[in-house]
Amino acid sequence: MKQVNQPISKLDGLNTTTGKPVYTDDLAVANALVVKILRSPHAYAKIKSIDTNKAEALSGVECVLTYKDVPNVRFTMAGQSYPEPSPYDRLILDQVVRYVGDEVAIVAAIDEKTALQAMKLIKVDYEILEPVLDFEHAEGHASVVHAEDNLEINFDIGMDRMNNIAASCDMGVGDVEKELAESAVVVEETYYTQAQAHAMMETYRAFTHLDHAGRLTVVSSTQIPFHVRRILSRALQIPKSNIKVVKPRIGGGFGGKQTASVEVFPAIVTLKTGKAAKLIYDRKETFSCTTSRHAMRIKVRMGADLEGNIKAIDMAALSDTGAYGEHCSTVFSVAGYKTLPLYNQAKATRYKGNVVYTNKMPAGALRGYGVTQGIFAMESAINQLAEKLQMDPAELRERNMIREGESNPILSGSKPGKPAVLASSTLDRCIARGKELIGWQEKYPRVESGGHKVRGVGMAITMQGSGIAGIDTASVVIKLNEEGFYTLLSSSTDMGTGSDTILAQMAAEVLETTIDKIIVYTADTDIIPYDTGSYASSTTYVTGNATIKAAEDMRRQIIETAATFMAVAVDEVEFNGKAVAALDGTKSMTIDQIAERLTMTMGEGKTQLIATGSFGGDTSPPPFIAGFAEVEVDKLTGKVEVIDYVAVIDCGTVINPKLARIQVEGGLVQGIGMALYEDVRYTDKGKMETNNFMQYKIPCREDISKITVAFESSYEPTGPFGAKSIGEVVINTPPPAIAHAVYNAVGVNVRSLPITPEKVLLGMINADKA
Amino acid sequence: MRIEVIVNNRKIEMDVENNEFLVDTLRRYGFNSVKRGCDTGNCGLCTVWVDEKPTLSCATLAVRAAGRHITTIEALQTEAKEVAEFLVAEGADQCGFCSPGFLMTVLAMKKELQNPTDEEIKHYLAGNLCRCTGYVGQLRAIKKYLGVA
Repeated sequence: MKQVNQPISKLDGLNTTTGKPVYTDDLAVANALVVKILRSPHAYAKIKSIDTNKAEALSGVECVLTYKDVPNVRFTMAGQSYPEPSPYDRLILDQVVRYVGDEVAIVAAIDEKTALQAMKLIKVDYEILEPVLDFEHAEGHASVVHAEDNLEINFDIGMDRMNNIAASCDMGVGDVEKELAESAVVVEETYYTQAQAHAMMETYRAFTHLDHAGRLTVVSSTQIPFHVRRILSRALQIPKSNIKVVKPRIGGGFGGKQTASVEVFPAIVTLKTGKAAKLIYDRKETFSCTTSRHAMRIKVRMGADLEGNIKAIDMAALSDTGAYGEHCSTVFSVAGYKTLPLYNQAKATRYKGNVVYTNKMPAGALRGYGVTQGIFAMESAINQLAEKLQMDPAELRERNMIREGESNPILSGSKPGKPAVLASSTLDRCIARGKELIGWQEKYPRVESGGHKVRGVGMAITMQGSGIAGIDTASVVIKLNEEGFYTLLSSSTDMGTGSDTILAQMAAEVLETTIDKIIVYTADTDIIPYDTGSYASSTTYVTGNATIKAAEDMRRQIIETAATFMAVAVDEVEFNGKAVAALDGTKSMTIDQIAERLTMTMGEGKTQLIATGSFGGDTSPPPFIAGFAEVEVDKLTGKVEVIDYVAVIDCGTVINPKLARIQVEGGLVQGIGMALYEDVRYTDKGKMETNNFMQYKIPCREDISKITVAFESSYEPTGPFGAKSIGEVVINTPPPAIAHAVYNAVGVNVRSLPITPEKVLLGMINADKA
Repeated sequence: MRIEVIVNNRKIEMDVENNEFLVDTLRRYGFNSVKRGCDTGNCGLCTVWVDEKPTLSCATLAVRAAGRHITTIEALQTEAKEVAEFLVAEGADQCGFCSPGFLMTVLAMKKELQNPTDEEIKHYLAGNLCRCTGYVGQLRAIKKYLGVA
């Protein structure tokens, strides 16, 4: 292959990197109204009265909107295919405010100073209500977070609104209790994963205006242009046909921009005033008024025989969705159905529990989407089971894990009575290679490094999916332009990952050209066919397959057109990317000549070649990773340093080795941050404490030492050129592998993330006392 | 108030508020490469040069720029592209939003440090956060750019 599996540079790299104006705020019109949001200072309250007269009277204020000015139709900001599993539980502005930071009023003014001044002039009288802050005590709490009766759900998600249960899940196979009872060894532990912030560098933002036809135009830093169009249509009660959504370059997303957190606010200002409007969240709002990862509690019971054959895995989970239910049921169920199939030898598995509403910032989609939470619990329990069995944890996994060709009834794409087959996996090779790269034989479980420091190694494995089976849909259009270059239209949303580039690589491979001959134009809902957007690890697999279909269609059309021009039968010509030539060598036309005759030469062809391709997966082929951590723990302070992190990945064919490598490195570091210090914390009044980079620490470059990445490629038969996904799976292994390494170093099992020095040191002190 | 600043070697008269930060002034005057990533001086996205020294423009009052030489990446396109090519070749460009500020620090480091070690590079650049790359790809690129790989 000349384009695919090549380390091709990102097509936008030189320009984004050198500061060209290509992001949302760079493109906003100069005189756009500045939109600011007045927010609730209370975790739970009802607005008794709100007086906006003084604010509205201030010179330069264009409008002040309250709950009295918005449609009384509930919607969700979650970017999901319709009908969304997320409940329609919010209004643009509500009389009831459900967390510190919830929107109370929208102010639009000619500049920021005026808007901020106007906010101070709004008088709000609140009736303060008792908030629900502890998610372990939300169910049955005296306060009901969503007491309103006009909340809607599209289908049963197990909601029990009056008991603060947003959604529930119960899945599994076999008789878990019977298998546990018959197991010689049982591990039973409870694990906690914290809320994590996305902390993308570009904060949330959108600007809106009316176009020449009076239609609402929304330019947004979003992963989900088509979902934004549908969400705005419902929230604002205007037809979808009156809305256009455009995504420029995005400064990072990580799933955060799979929720339409900001678009509705400038949009309603533009509709009310007819004027352009812009809303840019500052870092504090980005931390405290959008979404975070769902914090979860997962109790694992795992049973095995003395030889290490796993009999049963039971996961009882509880998830905190905060004040609104964005992605609540899906993140929750994914924590089960993308972790349980890993251990296919288990006779019985179950994943069960509830998602609860609390009066905190809503949770949402974040890279890993529940699997990160589920894997921490599952893999930590596996490591403990290995300890109990006095067995090498790698060997325990090799004995029980799913292998290529095996089927599993929970695996995505399964139907009742017809379990899906795992068509590709090199997880066994990933583990073997990872052990070599970390030096497992020499270092497991620990090496005293002299003095008060000790080193330990630990491991974890994981899977994810590639798109959402039966739901994700992508369409791609390729047109041949008049000088033999192509335009590829796709509404996948490159957020810096390089997905535009890898789609161009795939098209170029089929069309036997180079990516400089392909213009990639993405994410404009007026022009480009439907794509669910870039999330759920879907773009390489779903949009990639659509790209191949479109490129193959284009190839066929080029051959047919040239054969007609040359008066040769279609099966007597061949196309090599540069020209179509008769097999007998008598005639030939270059791609430039074909394109010109179609469009320019007196309109001879009277047509332009436009090819289309659509794809939606029946399965969601899982990529796999074996992750290995080597840590050094300071026995005096409990501080943990990651000395080396090894990840060996099976993402099928690697479409672009250098971009894939960076995805892995970036995801691992986000996972290391989650393992060791990232933590969204609240005061006992429900106010977020960690709303800036002083309080919420993400890894800086001095925190990161050695990261080792290797690929062990399988070939996924349904994937584009054999590829599976890479974007999310990369974040899952660091928390359990690092926890394991810390245990192996100092004998302290931290089951509540993050693994802070305090927890490690206290663990050592308590062990000494015992 | 009205101040006179030399931005990218051109004298500009700017109207600024007393409490306005330089990052906002520069963006208002069309220097869109300068990004704001936080409000606490932690992320480094807003890094520009004030009299050739890398400086956080979100923590610099605009009035303090009066009479100074301000340099943004718009004026250093040749030098910036040279660094960018190494980043892009490594795949470490990613979303690019932190890059202008990052590159301003890298270019200052090149002037200041001779044959730096990994630790010296990391230390010099520690104030520039990146959430996409995990930093190790950036380090590979910068070492190649500096000829210390």
